[in-house]
Amino acid sequence: MDSVFGVCYNGGVILAADQSNARSILVYQENLDKIAELTSHSAMGVAGPNCDLVNFTEYVAKNIRLYELSNDGTKLSVHAQANFARGELAYALRRGPYQVNILLGGYDTNEADKSKEGASLYHLDYMGTLHKVPFGAQGYASYFTLSIMDREYKENLNEAEAITIVEHCIAEIQTRFMLKQPNYIIKAVDKDGVRVIKYGSDPSDN
Amino acid sequence: MARRYDSSTTTFSPEGRLHQVEYAIEAINNAGTCVGILAKDGIVMASERRITSGLLAPAKTSEKTYTLCPHASCNVAGLTADANILIEQARLRAGRYHYQYQEPIPVEQLVEYVCNYKQFYTQRGGLRPFGVAFLFAGYDEHHGFQLYQSDPSGNYSGWKATVIGANNQAGKSILKSDYKKKQEGEMDEDKEPEIPDVQEALKLAVKVLNKTMDGTGSAAAEKMELFTMKLDESKKCVHRILTKEEAQEVIDSVEQEAAAAGDS
Repeated sequence: MDSVFGVCYNGGVILAADQSNARSILVYQENLDKIAELTSHSAMGVAGPNCDLVNFTEYVAKNIRLYELSNDGTKLSVHAQANFARGELAYALRRGPYQVNILLGGYDTNEADKSKEGASLYHLDYMGTLHKVPFGAQGYASYFTLSIMDREYKENLNEAEAITIVEHCIAEIQTRFMLKQPNYIIKAVDKDGVRVIKYGSDPSDN
Repeated sequence: MARRYDSSTTTFSPEGRLHQVEYAIEAINNAGTCVGILAKDGIVMASERRITSGLLAPAKTSEKTYTLCPHASCNVAGLTADANILIEQARLRAGRYHYQYQEPIPVEQLVEYVCNYKQFYTQRGGLRPFGVAFLFAGYDEHHGFQLYQSDPSGNYSGWKATVIGANNQAGKSILKSDYKKKQEGEMDEDKEPEIPDVQEALKLAVKVLNKTMDGTGSAAAEKMELFTMKLDESKKCVHRILTKEEAQEVIDSVEQEAAAAGDS
């Protein structure tokens, strides 16, 4: 029932997710932040029940932090983070799977090798598949919006253009999708880290 | 008195020393010499092959140099049997890291893992320390080419150039003067000190081995194993053990230079 989008642009990646926390016929809240920050320069947007969302994102984020602490500040690349998360999903699959479908976006800084610097977006599902993608969507939203992204995406977008594409997708969902998803949160990850572009309802408002 | 503390590796002597560990380190100092030099465009490791008997069939593969993973190799000084266990562990660790993150393991993490494994054997009861010292040569995207040495106690350290095994003190002092001489000769006020390239480092390594090996004069190619690690055009690590002919070429050119230096 959740909608998560991601679009890469030149120098960063945009992640967007609806803010509804609902189960069965009941809506619990409409200001949830489904885009969890893993490190200062990576975040994952998650579609799935709130319990698995919190449990899985914290597990991954804390393990990445543990890696940095135990290895003298060595940072994991976004590629390594995505593969670590994928491994954990695949491990959990035959035990008690996390019901999470993920878009993981991040920015790699690499002083030694500038060719390895830049933003990337990875598409993961609960069964443990992993793909590097230029844009992506999770949930029912993908049926409505992948065609929009396919038409509007091009290489070397700037940040504003990428946000526009995401907003077109949100507008489409809000017109055609049966469920109510009034609020969306949009975040950007670039060389300066993760930041919130905008939200429909303040996630910190309890 | 000392005997009481020698038999157990896990007990400190009243002077606060671990004799078994110290003996293990001492044993390395009689093992075949290994020289490692960090170069501008790669790493060189040179090691002494000890020929124990003329009847022994020569090894078909390397005796001293082992590849741990596509971006790291090591040279062994000490008990080969002990080293095989550690090398197996290192390869397993590198493989597991690659499986988990789909990326090569940072070299220092690999070295640290092997050293933690060694350290364990200096503390656990009833076990003997590994009688092995390593030179590790590796490349990663974090710190480029790296050279480490490790000893049986589990200590490790990074070097620009170092020697382990027999006569390592003598070898180190040659490296100290020659590696530095090279730098001073080309040192400008604001220029970075120049590091030798692989070809120069090979010659320096052979020069050091010539001095540390107890034979008279220059050594034969079959008594030395010369290893280089470089990057190819696609930034892949290339590990190479020089053929007998190539090694002989390096040895000959070192000899010529020494002769020329002697004349002047």
